[in-house]
Amino acid sequence: MNENIEYKARSQFVSVLYRLKKNRLAMLGLAVLLIMAAVALCAGFIADYDKDVIGQDTANRLQGPSAEHWFGTDQFGRDVFARIVYGARISLTMSIIAMLIAVAIGAIIGAIAGFYGGFRDNILMRIMDILLAIPPMLMSISIVAALGQSMVNLLIALSIAYIPVFARVIRSSILSIKDQEFIEAAKCCGSSDRHIIFKHIIPNAIGPIIVQATLAMGSTILIIASLSFMGLGVQPPESEWGTMLYEGRDYLRQAPYLVLFPGTAITLAVISLNLLGDGLRDALDPRLKN
Amino acid sequence: MIKYILQRLAMMIVVVLGISFIVYTIMNLTPGNPAQLILGQSAPPEQVAKLEEELGLNDPFFVRYFNYITDMVRGDFGESYQTGLPVFEEILSRFPTTLTLAAVAMFIAALVGVPIGVISAVRQYSFMDAASTVAALIFASIPNFVLGLILMLVFSLNLGWFPATFLNNPSSYVLPAVTLCTATMATLVRMTRSTMLEVLKQDYIRTARAKGAEEKSVVLHHSLRNALLPIITVIGVDFGYLLGGTVVIESVFAIPGLGSLLITSIRMKDTPVVMAAIMFVTLAYSLVNLIVDIVYAYIDPRIKSQYERA
Repeated sequence: MNENIEYKARSQFVSVLYRLKKNRLAMLGLAVLLIMAAVALCAGFIADYDKDVIGQDTANRLQGPSAEHWFGTDQFGRDVFARIVYGARISLTMSIIAMLIAVAIGAIIGAIAGFYGGFRDNILMRIMDILLAIPPMLMSISIVAALGQSMVNLLIALSIAYIPVFARVIRSSILSIKDQEFIEAAKCCGSSDRHIIFKHIIPNAIGPIIVQATLAMGSTILIIASLSFMGLGVQPPESEWGTMLYEGRDYLRQAPYLVLFPGTAITLAVISLNLLGDGLRDALDPRLKN
Repeated sequence: MIKYILQRLAMMIVVVLGISFIVYTIMNLTPGNPAQLILGQSAPPEQVAKLEEELGLNDPFFVRYFNYITDMVRGDFGESYQTGLPVFEEILSRFPTTLTLAAVAMFIAALVGVPIGVISAVRQYSFMDAASTVAALIFASIPNFVLGLILMLVFSLNLGWFPATFLNNPSSYVLPAVTLCTATMATLVRMTRSTMLEVLKQDYIRTARAKGAEEKSVVLHHSLRNALLPIITVIGVDFGYLLGGTVVIESVFAIPGLGSLLITSIRMKDTPVVMAAIMFVTLAYSLVNLIVDIVYAYIDPRIKSQYERA
């Protein structure tokens, strides 16, 4: 009867994107993040690093917000807006790199544990359990304490702190996939284990990894800012948001905007990542909504 | 039940040994010679070599780790490089402040978060539900040190309701505990709401209503008791985060707890104190998780019966 009607099946990616688009809060989070990323990328066009971000102008110190300095100036006369813009660059780049390293190493560990099972799974997952027993903040503090206070060491600390989280997520995704028919079919075709893991299993397990990475990025931004706030992360005069708070806290009474603006920037970044992460989780598995 | 507790205790010992190994390994990556650090840069090499021998720094790594663990079991965490005093005593004098702060924060989080979560679930899609969801989202995302600074600015510096410096009296704990509890409170609101919504859809809730049970009894007795399990898990897991979070909060409010000791020791490169402080917090975290597991088994008859049958 209706022979001419074609039913085109939506791919999983398109249906996830469709559901995500319908989630207004997630889209708001995505929009804020895209704006932040654009601002971070174009920081060089918005402000002059040497003049506004690290250049001192003591004649203009602690000036409140004005048309010239939108977010005011700090105790060294540096432009707070310019420092926040460059701070976005540091926070976003560091959290993305830390997540990429943690996902890459976590994927290898999780894939070996989940795919091969048995003795290898037991050993690797017990090590991950022990690492998970140390809260990420403390883990990062201990690594920074041992290696020294620098941006690279902070990056190493964050990556190590989140490896067990991803190893667990990836392992459980693999366990739910590895016995399905298409994996058996790949094995029958003579595909190597590596080919099966990287070409068939990981692409199918990517959803939970993206959700976890988005949510963990928010936490890493918080940890970066917290460590910098305690003087253990990014060191002054770099314009990281936590470092700005660390320097601004001494002027809390006379210039509260030195704390409020960087604090709002951190909160906005974390809220956006949480909204997007929650939205992605709902889009990937609508049953989880609520 | 005793078998279950013993099994969990044995597992905790293995985890604690693993944690101690990881923390010890990380701390051994610290550049510089501890003997040189204690004696100062101008110390003669013979004296440095003698102290290295005394401290056992020339022993192989695993021997040093074994000695550290056996000393730790006896309550000997070594001496501080800076003060020369036993680390254990210093930690013990500061730990109660940190533990009190984390416990008060958890108490406030549970006392406020769980009832709000229950009300949000019972009155789903109401104004209260929407408001609590938005507030939970903001509180889960705002960094606690930013909130701490804002609260300090408003309630200490401007209104003068609470002391701006820590005086070790109950009012000194209010702002730090409120600051510390917000993220956990937000998690508890969200977790309680979603679990309660799940439970309220169950058949036995309909049965309870059908047999004429009062709504209060349905919500509190039939639903909340069944929704408590994941809530208790969150409390256990988040307690570790609260203990870790106190490090930052102590720095904001200048509280003389374990966190501020840790930060000062990191700056001074006082490795024995850093290691002991991290070990202590993770030990406390493991212990809380053990207690949570036991409470879990006590509340959930399914877990208890598994072990009673065996």
